[in-house]
Amino acid sequence: MSNHSATGVVHGDNYLNHTPGIWSWLTTLDHKRIGVMYLFTVLSFFFVGGVFALLIRMSLFYSGHHFIDANTYNKFFTYHGAIMVFLVIIPAIPAALGNFLVPIMVGAKDVAFPRLNLFSYYIYCAGAIFATAALFMRGADTGWTFYTPYSIQTSTTVILVLTGAFIAGFSSILTGLNFIVTVHKLRAPGMSWSRLPLFIWAIYATSIIQVLATPVLAITLMLLILERVVGIGIFDPALGGDPILFQHFFWFYSHPAVYIMILPAMGIISEVIPVFSRKPIFGYKAIAYSSFGIALIAFIVWGHHMFVSGQSELANFVFSLITMFVAIPTGVKTFSWVWTMARGSIHFNAPMLYAFGFIELFTIGGLTGVFLATLAIDVHLTQTYFVVAHFHYVMVGGTLMGLLAGLHFWFPKMWGKMYDEKASVIASTLIILGFNVTFFPQFILGLQGMPRRYWDYLPEFQTLNQVSTVGSWLIGAGFLYTAWYLGKALMSGEKAPSNPWQSTTLEWQTSSPPPFENFLETPIVSHWAYEYLPEGGVPQNAPANPATA
Amino acid sequence: MFFHEAYAGVLPIAATDAAVSWNALYDFLIWISIFFFVLVVGAMIYFAVKYRNRPGHKAVYETGSHLLEAIWIGVPTVLLLIIFGWGYHVYREMKQAPSDAYEIKVVGKQWLWTFLYDNGTTTVGELYVPVNKPVKLLMTSQDVLHGFFIPNFRVKQDVVPGMYSSVWFEATVPGKHQVFCTEYCGTSHSGMLAQVIALEDKDWNDWLRGKKIAIDKIPNANRDPNEVSAADTTTVSQAAATSAPVSLVDQGKVIYNKMACATCHSTDGATKAGPTFKGLFGSKVTLTDGTVVTADENYIRESIELPNAKIVKGYAPQMPTFKGLINENDMTAVISFIKAQK
Repeated sequence: MSNHSATGVVHGDNYLNHTPGIWSWLTTLDHKRIGVMYLFTVLSFFFVGGVFALLIRMSLFYSGHHFIDANTYNKFFTYHGAIMVFLVIIPAIPAALGNFLVPIMVGAKDVAFPRLNLFSYYIYCAGAIFATAALFMRGADTGWTFYTPYSIQTSTTVILVLTGAFIAGFSSILTGLNFIVTVHKLRAPGMSWSRLPLFIWAIYATSIIQVLATPVLAITLMLLILERVVGIGIFDPALGGDPILFQHFFWFYSHPAVYIMILPAMGIISEVIPVFSRKPIFGYKAIAYSSFGIALIAFIVWGHHMFVSGQSELANFVFSLITMFVAIPTGVKTFSWVWTMARGSIHFNAPMLYAFGFIELFTIGGLTGVFLATLAIDVHLTQTYFVVAHFHYVMVGGTLMGLLAGLHFWFPKMWGKMYDEKASVIASTLIILGFNVTFFPQFILGLQGMPRRYWDYLPEFQTLNQVSTVGSWLIGAGFLYTAWYLGKALMSGEKAPSNPWQSTTLEWQTSSPPPFENFLETPIVSHWAYEYLPEGGVPQNAPANPATA
Repeated sequence: MFFHEAYAGVLPIAATDAAVSWNALYDFLIWISIFFFVLVVGAMIYFAVKYRNRPGHKAVYETGSHLLEAIWIGVPTVLLLIIFGWGYHVYREMKQAPSDAYEIKVVGKQWLWTFLYDNGTTTVGELYVPVNKPVKLLMTSQDVLHGFFIPNFRVKQDVVPGMYSSVWFEATVPGKHQVFCTEYCGTSHSGMLAQVIALEDKDWNDWLRGKKIAIDKIPNANRDPNEVSAADTTTVSQAAATSAPVSLVDQGKVIYNKMACATCHSTDGATKAGPTFKGLFGSKVTLTDGTVVTADENYIRESIELPNAKIVKGYAPQMPTFKGLINENDMTAVISFIKAQK
């Protein structure tokens, strides 16, 4: 650390002002800056995907009268799904927060391959450009699932979207690879596996899925492109292909992808709850292993998306049985989080409010998942609004709550500024309440039989659709307000201390915002990540004390 | 049970024995879910209030308990296995068609359902079945994936081009039951609807022998669960027996709705997947190759039988042929109806 002796560091030097100018950002190899660039790009696409969501809900306000026509509606729900899945929730936590935090939390200066990391960001941008180019041409109207043979026959520019998702996939693979190597090779002295924060365990499990499953998506999308361009006859029944084969290939990636979306959010919740309960996480090993349990099961349950597709009854039997076991590690995590709060000292800061939101929404999402795993019940509910409500409770209720908890938790660290806590209470209330108002009625619509991806619907479904649409405005208002008060905090927020939440993990033991290369001295780790003693938390890099070791 | 009353209106009626079995399993799942939701979220709220940060209050140091972990792994495992087994049991009941089931062939195409009966009758958008007799549908698609879904019967099955799939049911409630397409299939996916018309034995036999049925008068089985009783059976029968003479245009209107023309062709000038019928007859129509033709009787007839022969500019060649599905009387009636859309 010769170049960072106490006298050598300019006062106030941090990663944000270490080198000036836009070019220094665009060519940066600093994982924190790359994380920040991902964050802003992902949030921009979140805004676009969100606008499409609001337009969809608007159009569904009345039965029989719609302000957009059927073809436009079909494109809008395709854009909403494809943007939110491929460009927002898959990269949101791993690529944005993961990039910023993984090296700091393991006590490293950067990721293992900084150049590859920057390259991953530009691959993601290239994928996003291809996908969004389709919006300005003939669009795409296949739904984000690209089911054949409709995706072969449609006259829309679906190839551009497929190419975009294909390219963005490589970004995901390379980011996963980078994190795996970083966690294996760059942990600070003393940072044993059992001392790692659970966010790192979750990102590590996610990375394994990203590396193993994404290539299958790439192959599938490539085959579909070839099918459209030259008619190779793999999926097209007119050429002797099998359209159901596409569904197997697609879900072989896209089911594990669901866990790429949710595991990192679970990692964030595992960080937030102990900090704001001032108490060690309950069942550290059980939570860490359950991430791997989920990652493993993720690969062998894809067929539960296909119970009515025409696959065999035996396949349905096996996939239903295995899917039930997803609920067990998920339950272990949920019970452990709640029990962590018992006999703690609960602080109601914004990240904790979002953790409460996560538990409420994710519990509903998880329990309704059991309905869908149950063979007979799924037959009635699949392809209806019940499924739409279920995966929004999991993906939005889970991933988005996790992301919001994380953004508020690490905001002081990332920017060195504090935000208005009162504003965050109002915004989180609007978002969580609005979410329930939007999606709970959709469970009932699904039970009544209203199918998904319907531009128009029967008059008897109108009231619940209107409630749902009003809910979407509450969510929209909540997010606009959040953008406003966080933006204001960025500009003129109060200066944040290095450890405002009295957390024990390494990222809070360096200044806010962190310096270039994260630590002035390589931290020596002597404690696990959750040493919250009744008299206060013990930082991971505090000197070892024989009394507490 | 009070709770059951409260959500009885949430579910569609259970119009088969399998649907009744489905409801019982659903009840079980709802109760289990409410229990765990109250347990988890209730505990969260209770702990948040009881252990809130306040002067003099300190957290304890505690890192885990193998006993608790064993409980919250063991109890859910047992419950999940029960749910799985019960779910599979009901699924078998829903999937195993009796060998004597009456078979009807179903062809899905963008964006209508056609039903083919052994006696040579073909219907569009209306599936006639007998009550209290097992019926098996053997289904395929002419173009893309479709999904055949009857909420009242709790059955759903994808309809796949290039292969046959099937569902079976034994309707216990006469009347109309809604059918939805549930596998996204393009522009008019949400318009790809049909009705199951479940008839009493006598009406069913009359219908098979070619007797017309006043479809408008058949009650919707789902409309009011309290009224679907013995009293309603007579209504269905009475409706089945009704047949009054109607004008050619009105007959054409029935065909227009029945053959699902309405899914893609409006009569009020609105643009759907196909051109509107409003003001169509006698107008000059520009085709994709730039030629202009007059929409006369033969143009309309050709468009119904050979839809791809002349494609109107701005529209995709996606209409299926109705040749063989529509007889001469109905053709004449539907052309009269189109003529009347001024």
